[in-house]
Amino acid sequence: MKSKKLWLITVLLVMLVSCFINVAGAATTLNALYMKQAGYSETDIENITAKFEAKYPGIDVNLIFVPYDALHDKIVTAAATKSRAYDVALIDCIWTPEFARAGFLLDVTKKMAAVNTNDIFEGVLSSVAYGGKYYGMPWLNDTKYLFYNKNILAKAGYKTPPATWDELIQQAKAIKEKGLVEHPIVWSWAQAEAAICDYTALVAGFGGEILDEKGNPCFHQGAGLEVLKFMVKTIKEGLTNPSSKEFLEEDVRRVFSQGEAAFAMNWAYMYNLANDPAESAIAGDAEIAVVPGSKKAVSGSVNGGMGLAVVNSSRNPDLAWEYIQFMAGKEVQIEYSANALPIYISAYDDPRVSGDQPTLASVSEKQYKYVVNRPQVTWYPQLSEILQVEIQKALIGIKSPEDALNTAAEAAKKLKEKNK
Amino acid sequence: MRRPLSEENFAFILITPAVIIIFSIVLYPILKTLYMSFFNIDLTNPFSRPFVGLGNYLEILCGPTFWNAMVRTVYFAVVSISMEFILGISIALLLNEDFYGRWLLRSLIIIPWAIPTIVNGSLWRWIFNPQYGALNALLTQIGLIDSYQSWLGSPFLALNMVIVADVWKMTPLVVIMILAGLQTIPHELYESAGVDGANVLKRFFHITLPMLKPTILIVLILRTMETFKVFDIIYIMTSGGPANGTQLITYYTYREAFSYLQLSKGATLAFLISLTILGLSIIYVKALGTKTEY
Repeated sequence: MKSKKLWLITVLLVMLVSCFINVAGAATTLNALYMKQAGYSETDIENITAKFEAKYPGIDVNLIFVPYDALHDKIVTAAATKSRAYDVALIDCIWTPEFARAGFLLDVTKKMAAVNTNDIFEGVLSSVAYGGKYYGMPWLNDTKYLFYNKNILAKAGYKTPPATWDELIQQAKAIKEKGLVEHPIVWSWAQAEAAICDYTALVAGFGGEILDEKGNPCFHQGAGLEVLKFMVKTIKEGLTNPSSKEFLEEDVRRVFSQGEAAFAMNWAYMYNLANDPAESAIAGDAEIAVVPGSKKAVSGSVNGGMGLAVVNSSRNPDLAWEYIQFMAGKEVQIEYSANALPIYISAYDDPRVSGDQPTLASVSEKQYKYVVNRPQVTWYPQLSEILQVEIQKALIGIKSPEDALNTAAEAAKKLKEKNK
Repeated sequence: MRRPLSEENFAFILITPAVIIIFSIVLYPILKTLYMSFFNIDLTNPFSRPFVGLGNYLEILCGPTFWNAMVRTVYFAVVSISMEFILGISIALLLNEDFYGRWLLRSLIIIPWAIPTIVNGSLWRWIFNPQYGALNALLTQIGLIDSYQSWLGSPFLALNMVIVADVWKMTPLVVIMILAGLQTIPHELYESAGVDGANVLKRFFHITLPMLKPTILIVLILRTMETFKVFDIIYIMTSGGPANGTQLITYYTYREAFSYLQLSKGATLAFLISLTILGLSIIYVKALGTKTEY
């Protein structure tokens, strides 16, 4: 009896001790959270990380990929509970103010002094900055572009893509009348952040803003309202694919790649995939252009810049920063520029960027001049949701654009008061 | 020689670990949630957490968002539970009959329920896909609709479509439970009713249904609780859209707490949901709780 007990205790002790040995003996592990949507592909990120691991033996980087819409909530729950689940997280430009105020991210202003910020595009740099401080390293330089199917446009008699939204509507009407495609334009207008990206780009293209300099809503008058009327009109006239109301970026890519749309708004990553015969039925016909404008603006697109940040509870912040610097290194960014363009201005002189992708590189250099940020306020997630819901109500037709935006503006004013 | 423990004390010692665990993982979070619901805890503003008393409750109960979500949840519950019961009882009655291959059908019926909700949600999202969905293809090919429909594109239709997915998944549970209930009904009852000249319908309403009452009650309470807590299928299929048309009460709670970091509002909503479910359960037990008499 006694020996049995002793045996049991010994086994338990051995198990306990081996647990500790395991922890102490293992290589240092970094957990990095990425998204499964647009930008660098999962394989790209895995390959770059593998290079980092080869360069720094003894460091294990554990990659976690989640859909974009789950990314925010994952970071929030991990950072708020200080769970140490992630050391490095991919953050979208619209979250930086919120996360910075909540203290979720490491302030890296001092560390950024070692980085040549003059060589980084301003748009993507602003995506990790808030209140004069930096909370991460810019990493993904992205904005929305206009994509067009040059084969369909040629059949309709157009050689060049539209320069203004009016022109785009004219071309779309001609394409529809000739029966080339049933719904010439496809957008990502589902109740999600994607809808606000399209809306922001349109508002900028119509020469307006969502919030004024003081942070007060002004989307319910002028350009903001014009845009929503424009959106509703294109649905009513059958120019916009009616399923756009439930589409995200990937749905847009599928429809466009099937040749079922002449025009599409999407991030840079679609250019390569829509021209890849394995992924697309229109390989070779997918073209990219600067987003159209209006009489008031040459063009307008939305900043989709994202950064890599160190989560406040990380046990190895310096190592995490080291990893981030590797991921955002100029050489790495040039080498993997197929799905995401580099953040460095000088990288565009490199033949590997401009040579392999002459169109994408030249179009993007033009487009970067006309990129706006979504409102940089700490209450952005709520504002975005209010706008998403009201815009959808107008698109579905249960509210007029005026009513929808007035309701949204009222709610936004209250939200601003509350967050003073 | 030590005095042996009394049976009572021994029982207490055995029960203590379980009690400690239950208190720490069930009771403590509940009390903490209640406590949080009286403050204004906003994680984006971690240095200010004022006490607001019943302020959160008032704000939520006076606003339209909560009631809209509640009405949708009740609609979801009523429609999906009635569909599940109508289908579930019918299928259970069929599977209770003696026929060749019954064992196979009985096993097959469980499959939808055994599939994880995440798979079920993705599956139905593809079926309902406006461009490549199987539903559009089927309906146009048999000539019921002329053009492809956007099934998840308008608020009310989307809500009903999510209900379809939920009914498909949860009906098997009702079938299995009712089938188990059916097998406890003594055969003699049907025989004597047959002798007395009662037809199939009469036998169903006067014998089967009353005898199934306890089972129905349990399934009803279970399903009501589940529909009030339905979240994953919404998250996967529609994310609450379009135009908040499928934003049920738990999804609203989730958004407040985890997307907007308004922990107190989330806690308040969680408490309101619990109270609603508790109230409903009491009503059910009172209404259906009479004993079955043989």
